[in-house]
Amino acid sequence: MVTYIGIIITFVFINNFILTQFLGLCPFIGVSKNVESAVGMGFAVTFVMALASITTWAIYNFVLIPLHIEFLQTITFILVIASLVQFVEMVIQKVSPPLYKALGIYLPLITTNCAVLGIALINVRNNYNALESFVAGIAAGLGFLLAILLMSTIREKLDSEWVPKYFRGIPIAFITGGLMALAFMAFDNALLNNLIG
Amino acid sequence: MILRVIFSFISVAALGGILGIGLAFASRVLAVKKDERIVQVEEALPGANCGACGYAGCAAYAEAIVKEGADINLCSPGGASTVKAIAEIMGLDADVGSGEPMVAQVHCRGSKATSSYLYEYRGVKDCNAVHMLFEGDKECKFGCLGLGSCMKVCPTDAIYYDDEGLVRVDKEKCISCGQCVDVCPTGVMQMVPYSADYIVACNSTDKGAKVRKYCKVGCIGCKICEKKSPDGGYKVEDFLSRIDYSQTGDRSAGAEACPTKCIILADDSLKESTEKEVQNKKEEKKVVNEKA
Repeated sequence: MVTYIGIIITFVFINNFILTQFLGLCPFIGVSKNVESAVGMGFAVTFVMALASITTWAIYNFVLIPLHIEFLQTITFILVIASLVQFVEMVIQKVSPPLYKALGIYLPLITTNCAVLGIALINVRNNYNALESFVAGIAAGLGFLLAILLMSTIREKLDSEWVPKYFRGIPIAFITGGLMALAFMAFDNALLNNLIG
Repeated sequence: MILRVIFSFISVAALGGILGIGLAFASRVLAVKKDERIVQVEEALPGANCGACGYAGCAAYAEAIVKEGADINLCSPGGASTVKAIAEIMGLDADVGSGEPMVAQVHCRGSKATSSYLYEYRGVKDCNAVHMLFEGDKECKFGCLGLGSCMKVCPTDAIYYDDEGLVRVDKEKCISCGQCVDVCPTGVMQMVPYSADYIVACNSTDKGAKVRKYCKVGCIGCKICEKKSPDGGYKVEDFLSRIDYSQTGDRSAGAEACPTKCIILADDSLKESTEKEVQNKKEEKKVVNEKA
């Protein structure tokens, strides 16, 4: 149990995908203009990350290791994740139109996102088992959701503030992101050790 | 070594092939049948996603037309041609309505130089925000507050600041979605027909004497425009001149006679050209005078 809590805290706060590891910056900047779409994107990423970590874990342990081609993990994972997301999109469209309306438009955007590939590779590097990989996937997605939600609320406020001409739009967004990353530096492994020993 | 390379190549190719075939198969099995008419109607719509029809975008409106039988004449950017195209797809009679496309126009030319202000506003650049403080910083409660809330909602960037820093609408870009009219707190943004040549650039229904005190370019309700252009459709009500655009008579005489010059050309570019014409005439006169 303690391991799982540790994994969740690690991926949501300490190794936050966006603010500490700088993965998945494209949707972080691109889809954070208003809260509604940011939340949609956040949940879509969480969903895909959880699915991708469990599938890539299976592919790695049941295909790559028996065939001794572990060095092909990156390219295989890209292939598997991309087709998986496409497949899931089709299933959702068929089975649940409301869910498709909420998540569907974001799914194609994250098929080859580096954050999704990142969680698959990190799971392998950390030798996580199936359940640990799954939890790590969800936690990393929630970390993404947290970061993009904070960012989108700040940017909505920024919209009605006066910003120097050359900082308007993307530059001020990146500066904001940088300051948020500084704040997240406060979460480090010492915190984890204090919390769960 | 070579074997290993070939083996890796084959295994990735096999994996890709399996996944590809799987996806192709899945797309067949899981294909969602979409009513063809929805696709066609969506193509017929302009695709600006402005929301003027009251639906969440062109796709949502197309679905509402086909599935819920929504009215087909709600798309104002598309105008008559779109209604006809949709009617053809749906097999309905085209009820085009009035036909004349409308465009938004700002009915105010009061600037810092010509109007008096109650206080200096320093805050969020938003007309509705300043309107909460004593109904705006201008002494005139009907005029343009000039902070550009209309520009923010305009889906086609048709609204801009002109050389004098006043809000104008480019009627070529305007798709008559009416979002600027909805967002404007003073109601100074109003729809006029596309063919409108002149507009009364004032929205104040205060008495003439009061208007004179706070604005140099406001309508004082003197009725000179009515007299000078009797068939121009000018009508003064509540101390404010308004134009009835169904009257097509000459309006220029009334505009020129206006003592506060608040009847202006609806098109900014036209104004420049007439100014040039006036300039040219003056120069011609000069030349004639010099010759004489």
